[in-house]
Amino acid sequence: MDITGRKLFVKALQEEGVTTVFGYPGGMVTDLLDELYKQEDIDVVLPRHEQGLIHEAEGYAKATGKVGVCLVTSGPGATNIITGLADAHYDNIPLVCFTGQVPLSLIGNDAFQEVDIVGMTRSVTKYGVTVRDRKDLGRIIKMAFHIASTGKPGPVLIDLPKDIQVEAGPGEYPKSVDIRGYKINENVHVGQLKKAYKLLKSAKKPLLLAGGGINIAKANDKLLQFAEKMQVPVVTTIMGKGSLPTNHPLYIGNCGMHGRYAANMAVSECDVLFSVGTRFNDRITGDLNEFAPKAKIVHIDVDTASISRNVVVDVPVVSDANLALEKLLEWAETKDTKEWMEQIAGWDKENPLEMRRDSGMTPQMIFEHINKSFGKAIYVTDVGQHQMWATQYLELDFWHQMITSGGLGTMGFGFPAAIGAKLGSPDTPVVCITGDGGFQMNIQEMATAVTQGLPVIICLFNNHYLGMVRQMQQLFYGKRYEITCLRKRKSCPADCKGPNAACPPYSPDFVALAESYGAHGIRVEKEEDIQDALDKAKTYTDAPVVIEFMIASDELVLPMVKGGNAMSQMILK
Amino acid sequence: MKNRWIALYVENEVGVLAKVSGLFSGKSYNLQSLTVGTTEDESISRMTICVTSDDITFEQIKKQLNRMVEVIKVIDLTNVPIHMKEILFAKVLNCTTADKEELFQIAQVFAVEVTDIGTDSVLLECKLTERRNNELIALLKSKFQRIEVVRGGAVAVESISTSCR
Repeated sequence: MDITGRKLFVKALQEEGVTTVFGYPGGMVTDLLDELYKQEDIDVVLPRHEQGLIHEAEGYAKATGKVGVCLVTSGPGATNIITGLADAHYDNIPLVCFTGQVPLSLIGNDAFQEVDIVGMTRSVTKYGVTVRDRKDLGRIIKMAFHIASTGKPGPVLIDLPKDIQVEAGPGEYPKSVDIRGYKINENVHVGQLKKAYKLLKSAKKPLLLAGGGINIAKANDKLLQFAEKMQVPVVTTIMGKGSLPTNHPLYIGNCGMHGRYAANMAVSECDVLFSVGTRFNDRITGDLNEFAPKAKIVHIDVDTASISRNVVVDVPVVSDANLALEKLLEWAETKDTKEWMEQIAGWDKENPLEMRRDSGMTPQMIFEHINKSFGKAIYVTDVGQHQMWATQYLELDFWHQMITSGGLGTMGFGFPAAIGAKLGSPDTPVVCITGDGGFQMNIQEMATAVTQGLPVIICLFNNHYLGMVRQMQQLFYGKRYEITCLRKRKSCPADCKGPNAACPPYSPDFVALAESYGAHGIRVEKEEDIQDALDKAKTYTDAPVVIEFMIASDELVLPMVKGGNAMSQMILK
Repeated sequence: MKNRWIALYVENEVGVLAKVSGLFSGKSYNLQSLTVGTTEDESISRMTICVTSDDITFEQIKKQLNRMVEVIKVIDLTNVPIHMKEILFAKVLNCTTADKEELFQIAQVFAVEVTDIGTDSVLLECKLTERRNNELIALLKSKFQRIEVVRGGAVAVESISTSCR
């Protein structure tokens, strides 16, 4: 029986098991909203801005493993999600985004709220399409969910013209779909993997590098077993952090630009670097000529295009992390790596990861309290100094997961992503770790969290600066703090070299702001008050709470490798 | 850096050409020419693409193309026997009678057709390899004052028996 496009839209979502849609209204999606009103299986969450909306869907997808579904209108509704699409594309988060579109007959006429959103987002989506024929609608939605969630996951965009939404057509939603240009690699080349294994087996200083692919494939257990069986130490990328419990004796730490000294030294000194599920991003490698200079490199990744793109590898293996590790576990034999582990421990002793403790409240202290406050938690970070501290100091394991914007580095991601995570995982404490810059980029989502009744705990690191760039200005640009001070007013001296007693007050007052939204606010200025604030925050069950930690403005993220330098050239103090 | 050729089977859908060409501009790949037309199956188009790149970049280009949902098959034509031709129109303007005579001679040697002629201009229609077309253009440029060149980009098909190029 023929049904309207809008009915098929809802039917498709139901059959895909969608229970939450992040939607913002507009003229070109009113029919879809009307259809959503008439059903009870799917909750529609109303954010306060479409950028917040898509980051919420990302957080939801990350926390649940399900596809995040977005519904926005044409024109500005659609363009506002582009940053989130790029973010999801980079970090391989499965999303299906529906954008309303003007009727087919108006496309190309510069109609009201018309943009070529498929054209604009081609390079930041895994797949994007405008539905031009009502009879294709079911197949296209099926394709979208399939493409978004399989292989290397990513965002898919479906542009849905208004007339397609109301036109009658086939009512079936396909059970499966065959796409001739899209085949998932379900095998692993055993010969190649054996070669990789033999290399690792023969190594004197072997090192596992675990990327985000481990977390995406949920291959954490297998990685743990493999590392333990082989007794090979592990370093991670930022996206890979948590792939091995961070308190595990074989875990060294993050490598890369703000990685642990011992981790970067291990990469620089190892003789076999066995990497799984990483893109060898420039933040990991630094100067390519100096990256793992003594090592033969094995690279296992599900995406052929990631292999030998940035780093030329000795043994490439195209495979899903799960499949490869499963096979590797069959072969794994214990190695004697005691001497190598001791060398690594020596580096860590030489330059451990720690902050000064002479005076005042440091970020490290805050993280120490966070780490002991939650039996289980999803930590969601924004982007900036606090994020780097989080990747350095947060303790992660099976019960403690971290969600962060790694590839695109999207300020404004953290808070809405935390809202999405809480919606997807209501029984798990969700702790948003954010900065005073990034929090303000999507601060309007306070209203979303309040109206949804989500007790997200927001740990706001307020240093009065856009700290990541301020750090670069402090270290490399003679303290010329151009547009990085968030207190700066017209009355300030042009050549300000840092905070002093004459500085104007900070705006906004985050505690008062939280309260004005109907949320809770706590300000913490001393170390003694950190634990009380966290304990108090845990008692709120109805609305989010902002804990504003007043930290020193000149706190640095260290160690640091200057962009383009070798990873062994770390700035330590 | 050298020229390489790819044949690409893609879905014959709106936006696929933009997606493929966008990949080249977005990732700074050096696209020399791109032609596209439908195949015997109307739902599939075939592109012939010429790029200039080093080995590593070329590998990456093929992988990036392969991972597009709309791309059905990528064939590297660089080192396989193929037939490849490019259509080229060359209009020579302000010709004297002697020029015209010379153009007829050139046409004969290059085995191209004189398809149109006026009081002071001659139109050559050429179906040669890209390289031969380049040679012809260089020759025409050196001999005549005003020429107009319209090139179609190369199309290529795998050889049946010969090692023709």
